[in-house]
Amino acid sequence: MWGRLSADALPVYSIVAAAAAGIAVLGVLAVIVLLTVTHRWTWLWREWLTSLNHRRIGIMYVIVALVMLLRAFIEALLIRVQQAIAYDSGGFLPTEHFAQLFTTHGSIMIFFVLMPFLTGMINVVLPLQIGARDLAFPWLNAIGLWLTTAGAALVMTSLVLGRFSTGGWSGYPNYTGAIVSPGVGPDYWIWALTLAGIGSTVAGINFIATIWKLRAPGMTLMRMPLFCWTALCTSLLIVFAFPALTVATSLLWLDRTFGFHFFTQTDGGNMMQFVNLFWLWGHPEVYILILPAFGAFSEVIATFSQKKVFGYASLVFATMAIGVLSFTVWLHHFFTMGASPNVNAFFGIMTMVIAVPTGVKVYDWLFTLYRGRLRFDTPMLYAIGFLVTFVIGGVTGVLLAIPPVDYTVHNSVFLIAHFHNMLIPGSLFGMFAAFNFWFPKAVGFRLDDAWGRRGFWFWLTGFYAAFMPLYLLGMMGMSRRLERYSHPGWQPWLVLAAFGVVLIAAGVVCQVIQLYVSWRDREALRDATGDPWDGRALEWSVASPPPEWNFAVRPRVRSRDAFHESKVEGLAYPDPGRDAYRDIFVPRNSGLAVAIGWAAYVLAFAAVWRIGWLAALGLAASVLLVIWRSFQTGTTERIPAQTLYDYDRGRREALMRLVPGGEIMHGAAASGARP
Amino acid sequence: MTAVGSAAPSMDRVDDDENGKSAFGFWVFLMSDAALFAVLFATYAVMMRGTGSGPGPAEAIGLKYAFPETLVLLTSTLTMGFAAMALHADARRSLVVWLGATLVLGAVFLALEAAEFHGMAAKGDTPQVSGFLSGFFALVGAHGLHVTAGMVWGLAMLVQGATSDLSAPVRSRLGRFALYWHFLDLIWVGIFSIVYLRGTLG
Repeated sequence: MWGRLSADALPVYSIVAAAAAGIAVLGVLAVIVLLTVTHRWTWLWREWLTSLNHRRIGIMYVIVALVMLLRAFIEALLIRVQQAIAYDSGGFLPTEHFAQLFTTHGSIMIFFVLMPFLTGMINVVLPLQIGARDLAFPWLNAIGLWLTTAGAALVMTSLVLGRFSTGGWSGYPNYTGAIVSPGVGPDYWIWALTLAGIGSTVAGINFIATIWKLRAPGMTLMRMPLFCWTALCTSLLIVFAFPALTVATSLLWLDRTFGFHFFTQTDGGNMMQFVNLFWLWGHPEVYILILPAFGAFSEVIATFSQKKVFGYASLVFATMAIGVLSFTVWLHHFFTMGASPNVNAFFGIMTMVIAVPTGVKVYDWLFTLYRGRLRFDTPMLYAIGFLVTFVIGGVTGVLLAIPPVDYTVHNSVFLIAHFHNMLIPGSLFGMFAAFNFWFPKAVGFRLDDAWGRRGFWFWLTGFYAAFMPLYLLGMMGMSRRLERYSHPGWQPWLVLAAFGVVLIAAGVVCQVIQLYVSWRDREALRDATGDPWDGRALEWSVASPPPEWNFAVRPRVRSRDAFHESKVEGLAYPDPGRDAYRDIFVPRNSGLAVAIGWAAYVLAFAAVWRIGWLAALGLAASVLLVIWRSFQTGTTERIPAQTLYDYDRGRREALMRLVPGGEIMHGAAASGARP
Repeated sequence: MTAVGSAAPSMDRVDDDENGKSAFGFWVFLMSDAALFAVLFATYAVMMRGTGSGPGPAEAIGLKYAFPETLVLLTSTLTMGFAAMALHADARRSLVVWLGATLVLGAVFLALEAAEFHGMAAKGDTPQVSGFLSGFFALVGAHGLHVTAGMVWGLAMLVQGATSDLSAPVRSRLGRFALYWHFLDLIWVGIFSIVYLRGTLG
């Protein structure tokens, strides 16, 4: 009846695991109690969960990412503490639990922190930047959110019921095969990734269609803000790369569940096929994670240098070149597979080639800074911290691209240092910069800058302290994923690395305080003009937060940096006249997307535990709900032109009051609103 | 004031598809699905040599079912084309007939494929035998699952085509269903050439 599910699934094997399960359960209960006591359920359902508005969906994506970041970070802390004390001792974590921790840390950071973080930021920003009223497919957008959330919920479930995979975030067979890992762990990994992967794919399709079909009049591709370009490239990579992951995990599931022989050691299986498929997705994935951050940095560096970005066209071409090249380097993740020297040489050279467009970008950013009037707000600090730190990671990457060098440090913590050196300053700092930069646009008030800076400095110094020692340790021969060791020379460096994570923990605390303080002082930090940074692209021309329809009258774009140019021309907030307003339609809320997400969760959970009837139920519910949606009519809601006109007139009048004398026409609104 | 202007009226609605965003989005999805099949084809090519102690392609694969399957599916693409023409002509009756014919042919295809799989299993050629047979069943089965999903979608569209007013959303969906069906046909041509012809003749 309940497949493999029984009382044995409870996490009594490790005190730390049991505590984590307890915290997770109590956390969920606390949220339920809080919502019930404050009578917020209806509000939550109507205003948020069922919303199809891109900004709200984007915010929910980011909330998922931040919650999961907290978990993944605690896991990093446990890993570092374990390694710091585990010299000639068992440390405080059982071996298997340690293996679960590095697996969940990696899987969560990639699939449930960085992916939803960047998807959320694109959701919030992209339609505003291209002058659109929403994404092309608002309902599909909600499906993506709820599938990703279902995947995250599945990972959280594994804390309480059963165990997660111990096979690392890349889940190589044979280790994750049915013989070595017969438990539910790899199945949790497979299904969490599958749900997140489908969610990402539909998000990617949505972003591409939005950029292609919903740009405002005059917004040619080469006038798009760079964040839109990177969103486009990332989405293309998602659409073409994720199928490889879907196939890899599905085939592994067939092997495990039905005894197929794709990746087994016997009967003609070929485990290197899994590794090839995994990295055929995995390397483009690196750029999926990093390109939106590049886009955010381009916006941030230009805005806080108060000049236009240097080399716009070269940044566009570099982005697209990276996108194409990202499909030609996957084999560098396993030079040691034993391919011929020619094959390894090809992939080594391609890997070095991909550093060229990346280098172009770095120089473009430097030249944007050059002779700019720099302002060092929190987003800008992250951008500069990124520039310096990311180059170090890039250089070690070129080093790893040389196959003989790679052989000597393969699978060592040198590699761990390298990819954290790319993804933390590259992707995560990019998301933090984007978060601080666009927070006022999404929510309506700025984040407290002082706590933001403190968070940045702890993150930056903590990063160096945590990961520079790993380069040295890697060269000293330390393998990755060791839960204990007997080499006395390693311990001082591991203690230093653990200290680095403590510094990062201080950074995380600062960020939590920043959120609290900003919320407390939200009236003082209110972004009344909608243009808190003297911004350059169209998102800053609308109110913060923007109305449900974003643009009552869609803007007509004549140049790059459209909003900046219109401020210079004195046409920032024009009155298009009553006749320009028409009725518009916005999507009505829909609970179906939430239901489909949870039906998919039920399907995945049942597949993990092999509860056939429940899986069939989940699948049938998902399909029927989609069909139900296609029979719905009246899924949009009309907003009369008069409402739109009144809203815009009210906003123009408010802007005039904020900045007396009509200085607003010259972009003074921004400086007027800043203390 | 000419700095801004209103866009084409069609852009003011989010639910219709006058600027073709749904069709465009569906093409992007098909590209993604094509990438999925490309990876499955590549996997099959790699697994072909992994026969273990089981049969090779020449012994396991035959044209007995695959050839009629191909004829049936190609014909269903033709009937789908007639259905699309009926839609353009606003001929509801004809649309329903051709769409129905397409689905019947789809069902025949699936029945033939099920018989083929069943026959192979009866000979002992199950996916559990070898990497090669795993690859065969995954690739051909993935196509079969796509056709099955298409049957579910097609039935929903048959109901909408028969009962609704052929409004813009219904037309858009029917158009996308036609794309999907033709796409599956195209994939089958690849499967027939690479799996069946190469398996039996090569």
